[in-house]
Amino acid sequence: MIILKSKSEIEKMAVACRIVAEVLQEIVRVVRPGLTTLDLDALAERNIRLRNAIPAFKGYRGFPNTLCVALNEQVVHGIPSKRRLQAGDIIGLDLGAKWEGYYGDAAVTIPVGQIPIEAENLLITTQEALAVGIREVRPGTHLSNISHAIQRFAESRGYNVVRAFVGHGIGTALHEEPQVPNFGPPGRGPRLKAGMVLAIEPMVNLGDADVEILDDGWTVVTADSQLSAHFEHTIAITEEGHQILTAL
Amino acid sequence: MEKEEAIEVEGTVVEPLPNAMFRVELESGHKVLAHVSGKIRMNFIRILPGDKVKVELSPYDLSRGRITYRYK
Repeated sequence: MIILKSKSEIEKMAVACRIVAEVLQEIVRVVRPGLTTLDLDALAERNIRLRNAIPAFKGYRGFPNTLCVALNEQVVHGIPSKRRLQAGDIIGLDLGAKWEGYYGDAAVTIPVGQIPIEAENLLITTQEALAVGIREVRPGTHLSNISHAIQRFAESRGYNVVRAFVGHGIGTALHEEPQVPNFGPPGRGPRLKAGMVLAIEPMVNLGDADVEILDDGWTVVTADSQLSAHFEHTIAITEEGHQILTAL
Repeated sequence: MEKEEAIEVEGTVVEPLPNAMFRVELESGHKVLAHVSGKIRMNFIRILPGDKVKVELSPYDLSRGRITYRYK
């Protein structure tokens, strides 16, 4: 069942989402070659707690950290480590926070120093794919219209969208119904209603859509080891259309 | 978030109910309320008590399912 949120609940979610967006921006500002992904995680945890919020991922099904990092061929859910960032890497940063019982969730993928043009194009397309999906979000439309718009856009640029991971409803739990795939035919699934809150998160691969999970049980990588990018926003459906809660 | 697929299990039909619903006893001993998939309806596949069937369960509500296959 999809849980609808009242106006006051959405206001609380907006606070949680704003915290996520601000902390994410603070991490993005410091990313440079030579830092470890654990450095970024420490910054994320400190800045979330400074705002009286709780890291949403830490301890979730046993995930050990605050920030999910995804370097290059990693798609999502990488565990922060002592690995140092190098110029030319792309890094996905996925962050969630809980404030007064409500969750916010967002992700970006950014360059470390100068990156090749093909990587640059992948980042731009993935971010645009998220925007194209969000453009479909309004009351009355079918859920899968979002999915279809994202897939069509990404594939029109010659990329593939990951099938094994999907967006999700969000509220007093990090993951709620419905699932929001980044692929599929239009006109399917439930109709969107004011009060629903969705985390939409396209994962776009330079090569094939297939992914694998590493032995650590978390890190998702592309099966062909080519680059992958990931962007995510938490979006509330309103009477007028939508509100991107994790936008600054 | 990891995509959660419907869970496929096998069971035996114990009781037909109105509206093309059936009570199905799973191998685990659980009894679930299952409706019949459109594909089975379209092909007029009859389902009777005692038949072995394949049931898809939603990860969210394990007490309801969808019959997707009737074994011969």
